[in-house]
Amino acid sequence: MAGTNTGTGMDLLRFATAGSVDDGKSTLIGRLLLDSKSIFEDQLEAVEATSEAKGYDYTDLALLTDGLRSEREQGITIDVAYRYFATPNRKFIIADTPGHVQYTRNMVTGASTADLGLVLVDARQGLTEQSRRHAVILSLLRVPHLVLAVNKMDLVDFDQSIYENIYREFTQFATKLNVPDLEVIPISALQGDNVVTRSENMPWYSGPTLMHHLEHVHVASDRDLIDARFPVQYVIRPKSDEFHDYRGYAGQVAGGVLKPGDEVVVLPSGMTSKIARIDLFDQEITEAFPPMSVTVHLEDDVDVSRGDMIARVKNAPAPSQDIDAMVCWMTTAPLQPRQKLAIKHTTRTGRALVKDIQYRLDVNTLHRDQATNELGVNEIGRVTLRTTVPLLCDPYSKNRTTGSFILIDEATGVTVGAGMING
Amino acid sequence: MTQTHSDYRLSQLDQLEAESIHIFREVAAEFEKPVLMFSGGKDSIVMLRLAEKAFYPAKIPFSILQVDTGLDFPEVMETRDRWVARLGVNLVVASIDDAIKNGIIPDAAKISRNRLQIPTLLNAIEENGFTAAFGGGRRDEEKARAKERVYSHRDEFGQWDPKNQRPELWSLYNGRLHEGEHMRIFPISNWTELDVWDYIGREGIEIPSIYYSHQRRVFVRDGMLMSETPLNPLREGEVVEERTVRFRTCGDITLTGCVESTASTIAEIIDEVAVARKTERGATRGDDRFSEAAMEDRKKEGYF
Repeated sequence: MAGTNTGTGMDLLRFATAGSVDDGKSTLIGRLLLDSKSIFEDQLEAVEATSEAKGYDYTDLALLTDGLRSEREQGITIDVAYRYFATPNRKFIIADTPGHVQYTRNMVTGASTADLGLVLVDARQGLTEQSRRHAVILSLLRVPHLVLAVNKMDLVDFDQSIYENIYREFTQFATKLNVPDLEVIPISALQGDNVVTRSENMPWYSGPTLMHHLEHVHVASDRDLIDARFPVQYVIRPKSDEFHDYRGYAGQVAGGVLKPGDEVVVLPSGMTSKIARIDLFDQEITEAFPPMSVTVHLEDDVDVSRGDMIARVKNAPAPSQDIDAMVCWMTTAPLQPRQKLAIKHTTRTGRALVKDIQYRLDVNTLHRDQATNELGVNEIGRVTLRTTVPLLCDPYSKNRTTGSFILIDEATGVTVGAGMING
Repeated sequence: MTQTHSDYRLSQLDQLEAESIHIFREVAAEFEKPVLMFSGGKDSIVMLRLAEKAFYPAKIPFSILQVDTGLDFPEVMETRDRWVARLGVNLVVASIDDAIKNGIIPDAAKISRNRLQIPTLLNAIEENGFTAAFGGGRRDEEKARAKERVYSHRDEFGQWDPKNQRPELWSLYNGRLHEGEHMRIFPISNWTELDVWDYIGREGIEIPSIYYSHQRRVFVRDGMLMSETPLNPLREGEVVEERTVRFRTCGDITLTGCVESTASTIAEIIDEVAVARKTERGATRGDDRFSEAAMEDRKKEGYF
């Protein structure tokens, strides 16, 4: 065991959890952490002491994850928290998002970086509005893998028909969504059934345990390795004697594979050149792909600065100032037509004018409400924007990096909207 | 030319590195005057290494800032000086002693120097006009930290409001500030203690010698092994003895305990960390033991 748990050869899975208030989400996370030996004695002791002081007759694993004073006071989770555990093959980053309706924006936040979404339902309640909403949000955010964990199976006597009804109802609902990969697992987070170890109480279930699925789900193929996209982040010019003529364009590859010799175009100027060299710190490398942070050199001395994008000559995004996107609105003052906001897309920042709010999406029924002309907090709708600078964008369905943007209130500086560009 | 990968997959450590470098470059591009808060511990040294890589072969385009408590381990200061010399980076030292001398903070012997770091740090940020301060905080360290954003907004008093954080979407960080405000930036948020050690091992990074097993004159206080030093007078009943120890964190010498260990190489430390049953802070940091929300409370005031 010692020494095997090292990061050099491991890969990474980011997943977001969702569930209603009492679905046992914190208990499940506590269980995953506890059973993967990611909880330390002093943390567990603190939780045991607090549970005892509160007069509970069990150790409340939820106390492990509710990190803020006000959360412990109210016994609820009010904000996204990120947690970590590892098995010998994989490291996991959990975006632990609150289930309360008023915190939908936090679910969007957690899902934006997730490879996998984990939705919990209470076996006694079956699918609720909340579970549907969570699935809709995960699908809108193009989280490629979805797990529905049917929890509290111990409270329904591990009844197969209850699981199967939920399974049927959900798969039927999911046909309306974009869910490329779905797994439905019956569990008891409290007792540990099918979380890490296979449950003896549910011999009728032949699928993987939750941990087995998390460890083996294939995420490497979820990236776009076809369309080369390199948003320029920073121009490196050492101005030293040793590196007098060094001029490198630093950034993180957002799509495709870049290689020396590739014919490229710099957007929005449209100037063409060839990749002369790619540096990774002090090494020259033969190719760069997402999510590598590298430095690209071009053969010609073309004008390139932050906010520009390097792409392949015959496969480049079309610069556009008219943006059609799904927007999740995140603040109390509603989004309205004619509103002006700052917009950040890859490394490019500009201003945006709200031209039209086409409809508000009811995330419970998927109904499109076209009568509305504004979006309230935690609402999602289809919006058209006109931007001051051309954005070099792809449809979000093709590339989550070049297809996403944030909207910022220029007066307060707060992030007020999350956008996903339609194709 | 090095062929790095053939299957287009990055190990998790490479992914973490790429993400951290992206954050460093983003801040350098968007903020007027960033600074890297440097304590000399393993996390801030990893930060310095990442910053070096992010801008290579150019020099790191910002200063590093150290809050000198006057209670730092001499071995840590020596390592700091070697790193500063090697990278040719500008070092700003904000000294608590100077801050007391200049009347910026009260000389209250009762207040721990850990507490006095807060006004000293905030004063240095204000005086130098820093708009962004990188910190080596990791979310796995503590449950209040698990809530902290990569870009963590601080108001004009340097305060953190955990209930009013900006949502952080994709890798689109929002660095907007008003006059007098600043941002704390945590590029290694997603790293764990083990990741940091793996990286130190992989990169062959020089860290202070106190992280490796050595003989030290120590005494037991509050269940922790503390270093014998004139800065930390013995209390009644405390007895000094020599033991084989190492440190898991580098903080204030009067508050940072060590653990008994014979691990004298990175590989041995990694083995030890992989099976450790206590967190680094729980095991060795007196400053987090005051209350369940000790870290949260200090962060709200401006601590990193």
